[in-house]
Amino acid sequence: MAYSDKVVDHYNNPRNVGSLPKADPNVGTGLVGAPECGDVMKLQMKINPETQVIEEAKFKTFGCGSAIASSSLATEWVKGKTVEEALSIKNTDIVRELSLPPVKIHCSVLAEDAIKAAIGDWKKKHGIEVQVAEKASH
Amino acid sequence: MAVKLPIYMDNHATTPVDPRVVEAMLPYFTEKFGNAASRNHSFGWAGEEAVETARQQIASLINATPKEIIFTSGATESDNLMIKGIAEMFREKGNHIITQAIEHKAVLDTCKNLEKHGFEVTYLPVQRDGRVSLDDLKAAITPKTILITIMYANNEIGVINPIAEIGKIAKEHGIFFAVDGVQAVGKIPVDVQKDNIDLLAISGHKIYGPKGVGALYVRRRNPRVQLSAIIDGGGHERGMRSGTLNVTGIVGLGKACEIAQKEMPEESAKMLALRTRLKNGLEAKLDEVFINGSMEHRLPNNLNMSFAYVEGESLLMGINDIAVSSGSACTSATLEPSYVLKALGVGEDLAHTSIRFGLGRFNTQEEVDYVIEKMVQVVTKLRELSPLYEMAKEGIDISKVKWQTA
Repeated sequence: MAYSDKVVDHYNNPRNVGSLPKADPNVGTGLVGAPECGDVMKLQMKINPETQVIEEAKFKTFGCGSAIASSSLATEWVKGKTVEEALSIKNTDIVRELSLPPVKIHCSVLAEDAIKAAIGDWKKKHGIEVQVAEKASH
Repeated sequence: MAVKLPIYMDNHATTPVDPRVVEAMLPYFTEKFGNAASRNHSFGWAGEEAVETARQQIASLINATPKEIIFTSGATESDNLMIKGIAEMFREKGNHIITQAIEHKAVLDTCKNLEKHGFEVTYLPVQRDGRVSLDDLKAAITPKTILITIMYANNEIGVINPIAEIGKIAKEHGIFFAVDGVQAVGKIPVDVQKDNIDLLAISGHKIYGPKGVGALYVRRRNPRVQLSAIIDGGGHERGMRSGTLNVTGIVGLGKACEIAQKEMPEESAKMLALRTRLKNGLEAKLDEVFINGSMEHRLPNNLNMSFAYVEGESLLMGINDIAVSSGSACTSATLEPSYVLKALGVGEDLAHTSIRFGLGRFNTQEEVDYVIEKMVQVVTKLRELSPLYEMAKEGIDISKVKWQTA
């Protein structure tokens, strides 16, 4: 299978790899996927409680090149955005940006889920009500 | 000396044609193009003579007689012919076939097809080491069993089955024993007499011969095995396989067998040395790597290893100047991880991290060293990127985590 240049670029030079302190009240952590399925993404964001701006984002991903690229791209996109803006990122935006083939769409879905899960975790820490049923659609 | 890239280390999938084989084949494209079935002119005689030489070369490699060799288009056809041919010929006698879970699809799907036509098939499980249990086999035999079909060596994990023991059991029960020998023939000694094999499928392109040619050994004595043909036509190959013989390909297959027989002792020693170097090199520099299948009963040129916490396709992407294959779901059309590794009881998480190295005649020590270095570099990088590796290092038991699956 041939990868798009953007997938190859994110794979070779993944942006924002690493971890943020899980216990920090301003850090939201999202861990989605499962090892049996061949994809696990961990996305973390440091969010300013005053401005609700995502000041830092880090990821680690177990998965194929497209999964790594999707999560790397997600960290790039959420940085500097407000929580509400980040929540509006759709998996289809990721598919388009990375030119993912149909068999790799689940990677983008996972990335969207990871964004939502990380923000959900942060909201929970701050006692903000989390909307349920925010799963990405295929 | 710098190694030439890309490196080919996927010799279970196919092998390059040995230049000596190419040389032997060349005249049969042009001057000696005759149809081996043309009985009344010298062009035909030259073709026939070449085919008979090849039959001799193949027979010699497996301790058979030339008349017991039938030419086909490849091992998929040979597998189909040996299974369907016996099933159809002996269906009056019984309708039960025994095979095992990690056969090649050419065998498994042929058996599944027969199930649709009134046959019952037992798919034996394999043990953790990838081998069939003889007790399971004995327990599966019924008065209606007409055929046992078990591969000599597996194409993913290279594990070698106890073929001589299975052959003995089959013979004691008067059941035909058909063997997919694709990965074993030409790599390790295969002896149809010693192993009591009645039918043996052979491929050209796995043993440095051309693609599109294969053979089937069909026993003629003790017992004489009769087969129903699956291709109808001019009655070539003693009526078992109609169709004009692919003389050029057959010459190549014969020559490939001759070379394999002559060079097997030194070649298998070389494979073993390279494989040991590869295994030791990887194990010395990486933690949490696991061998899939028995090391003791294994083809000398195979290594199948799981690199925990690193997904196989992303690994292949990082080593794109090395040709190997992975049991990861993402590399298959079905998005399912390898059925072979699953049958061994390898967890799906580890199945996704497996890589198959298939060493071959033309690999060098320098190439192996390059592969080790590159693997270590990419696995280390991807583990830095892996949330699972991080969790494992923090002492979290990955298998106990409740994962949120979509």
